[in-house]
Amino acid sequence: MKNNDEIPPAAAENSLPQLPSARTIKIFGVGGAGIILGDALNRGEFSGADFGAIDTEGGSLAASSAAVKIHLETKLLRGMGTGGDPERGHALAEEQFPTLKAACEGAEMIFIVVGLGGGAGSGVSPVLARAAREAGALALAFVTLPFVCEGNRRQQQALQSLEQLKQVADGVICLPNQKAFKLIDENTSVLDTFRITGSLLMEGVRGVWQLLTRPGLIQIHFDDLCALVRDRHSESAFAFVEGAGPARSREVIEKLLAHPLLDEGRALAGANAVMVSLTGGKDLTMAEVNRVMEKINRHCEGAQVIMGAALDPGMANRMSIAVIVAKDPPGRNAAPAPAGNPQGQNGPCDSAEEGAENPADNSRFDRRPPSSSLPVHPREPAISRHGRVRRDKSKMLQIQLPLAIVSKGRFDKSEPTIHQGEDLDIPTYIRRGVPLN
Amino acid sequence: MFDDTNIVVGLEIGTSKVCAVVGEVKADGSLNVIGLGQSRSRGVRKGEISDIAQAEEDVRNAVVEAEQMADVEIRSVFLGVTGGHIRGFNNRGVHPVVSADREISEEDVQDVIKNAKAINLPTENSVIHAIRQHFFIDGQDGVTTPVGMLGSRLEVDVHVVHGITNRLQNSIRLVKGLQLEVEEIVFNGLASSLAILTAEQKELGALVIDIGGGTTDFVVYADGAIKHTGAIAVGGDHVSNDLAYGLKVPLSRAEKLKLEHGSALLDKECKGQTVTITNDLGLVLKVVNVEHLRQIMSLRLEEIFQLIAQDLEQAGLADYLRAGVFLCGGCARIPNISKLAERTLQMPVSAAQTQSISGLRSALDQPEFVAAIGLAKFGSFKNRKREGKSLLVGGLKSVLGRLLQR
Repeated sequence: MKNNDEIPPAAAENSLPQLPSARTIKIFGVGGAGIILGDALNRGEFSGADFGAIDTEGGSLAASSAAVKIHLETKLLRGMGTGGDPERGHALAEEQFPTLKAACEGAEMIFIVVGLGGGAGSGVSPVLARAAREAGALALAFVTLPFVCEGNRRQQQALQSLEQLKQVADGVICLPNQKAFKLIDENTSVLDTFRITGSLLMEGVRGVWQLLTRPGLIQIHFDDLCALVRDRHSESAFAFVEGAGPARSREVIEKLLAHPLLDEGRALAGANAVMVSLTGGKDLTMAEVNRVMEKINRHCEGAQVIMGAALDPGMANRMSIAVIVAKDPPGRNAAPAPAGNPQGQNGPCDSAEEGAENPADNSRFDRRPPSSSLPVHPREPAISRHGRVRRDKSKMLQIQLPLAIVSKGRFDKSEPTIHQGEDLDIPTYIRRGVPLN
Repeated sequence: MFDDTNIVVGLEIGTSKVCAVVGEVKADGSLNVIGLGQSRSRGVRKGEISDIAQAEEDVRNAVVEAEQMADVEIRSVFLGVTGGHIRGFNNRGVHPVVSADREISEEDVQDVIKNAKAINLPTENSVIHAIRQHFFIDGQDGVTTPVGMLGSRLEVDVHVVHGITNRLQNSIRLVKGLQLEVEEIVFNGLASSLAILTAEQKELGALVIDIGGGTTDFVVYADGAIKHTGAIAVGGDHVSNDLAYGLKVPLSRAEKLKLEHGSALLDKECKGQTVTITNDLGLVLKVVNVEHLRQIMSLRLEEIFQLIAQDLEQAGLADYLRAGVFLCGGCARIPNISKLAERTLQMPVSAAQTQSISGLRSALDQPEFVAAIGLAKFGSFKNRKREGKSLLVGGLKSVLGRLLQR
């Protein structure tokens, strides 16, 4: 992969605007899949956002409804696209770097929507992220990883590109398409399957969008989000659910815990960091926020929880919640402490959890310069800089076995008999809560 | 001394006891129980061996006792296995009949069964049983013996019982270490059902539940064939453990309370009734409320039946059990357990009686020996097959001899 020597200035921090409503956001769809997803997003809901489309072949661009279309082309390709080779995509993008940078000018935030694995998406998106940062914008990438059946090569290209994106983007939210298998059945067509994965990614974009643009009661800053998703891309999951009516908070919680992408709530239990964004109408009550957060907190005691709540006049009598769950890749024992304890965290529900033990408040400002000259390898865990080891493992165990205090007597040392999540070795009357008076 | 060839031995290494049953296969193929040895089991948890040394000793004691009682030397056993890792499922094998006249031959039958047994199991699992259910010829079902019939496509349904190899090997190795041959391993639930059910009951559809010390095994028959098997690693041990925890008494005392005052149902007269636990000197140690005792037991046993009911529901078999439910295993002794099972499963439930087996009445009437007797019965079936083969060989010899004499 071609390395470039110019290290872009980390100009983004200084220009970070504090008024969320005044943000200008550009959404770029990159590559064939990215453009289709971008088009799907470009249907009125994201008012105030500019849409762009970038590809190496003309066909998909012509079909796109985006306002800005950038056709990366060179004579060498003769209009044939990259042929699935990210090297070509990368080279092309480097060649046209000034064009990309110019397209990013004027925005404060760039969302990059891309399906990794192909030539254009995998090759161009890291360069675009870098261009965005050089233009003074924050770059947040929403990516899908290919299905396993698409082959080893695509998978590897995707992962490599993901690594590169990690190096340069402020945040990457990643959806392995393979996860969508849980949502489909035998009869789901290929087209529908891609539609499902696309809509899942869109839910993620929508959640983040609401988070950042709606007037916040309890604000989440973009930095929090970045800190959350940084370093954990391979294992993030998100869910977006809505509820309506008087019992909306309960409905939302039920749907969330039944969400297939969260493994019916199990993903929460294994999470290291969770971001929750609530959106409701003017009638959103504190009690509702509290109820939802209490439930979520109970499910992910081991995790750092960042929450935000926002108002949307159109959401009267309704409530939606977007959850991004980040988990460290397996094999890493000590989680990097997410760099974030920002002012936005005045939520009542988690201040106790975080505030006391993270004095390094300024840690969020030492964002690593996006040094694309680094070879492609996983980033060092940030633990060395913060020196804080998370207290997580023991707590997480307690979630799985909420009655661990009950001695199992003679079965203490034998393999537990687990049936549908219940430990049958624990006396039935205790599990069912039957009182003996 | 008996002729060795018609002696079959069933050995069950259970959680609460090790039991060896010696049976003699009579000329008509029926089984006569002539010896029984048992020993308290100390090295087994939830149906699987946890302490090899102790289990070995217990097995040796039981086998020696059985040998003495039957006055035979035990060389090989049919070994019962159980444990929460054992699962059953149905599979279908297909085989095209290629011969020119479309007549189904013995080889075709062997091939189709082989196909049905070729299953994608995880590498650490191995098949314990593959029991054929029914044959289909060109989609027509209900064929039991297809040899000689005409067709182009032969299919067979088999029920496969499988478990984790290493865990199954543990008990096999232990028995082999005692210089005993293991003829075959048999799932305990299957063995129990063999001892209990008549052909008619199998045809009508029946559920056999063997609630032992460490595990609950169950087998479903419908239309004369095994349709479903399962094992839950919950049993009488759990009842005792719950009592020890809930009544705050030592485990041995809980076991005793269970036997003396236990019941699967709460009746009216137990309300307010108490049992006084005294020590050797007659001093009062503790007063136990009988209502609590039964409540704890009842909930645990009810749960076991609920788990089975759920499983049957998922397998879609709840409506096939017209002969009802048969209970065996040590827990079948608990008073009122049939009533509790009836209430939970919504089916007629009866305590099991061993069928078409003669011999020691004291052994045959006990529900806890059903599995071991069934193992011997399984052995007798195998024995019969073997004898059939040897007869064939003998017949051939005599024919040849006659030819030579001529």
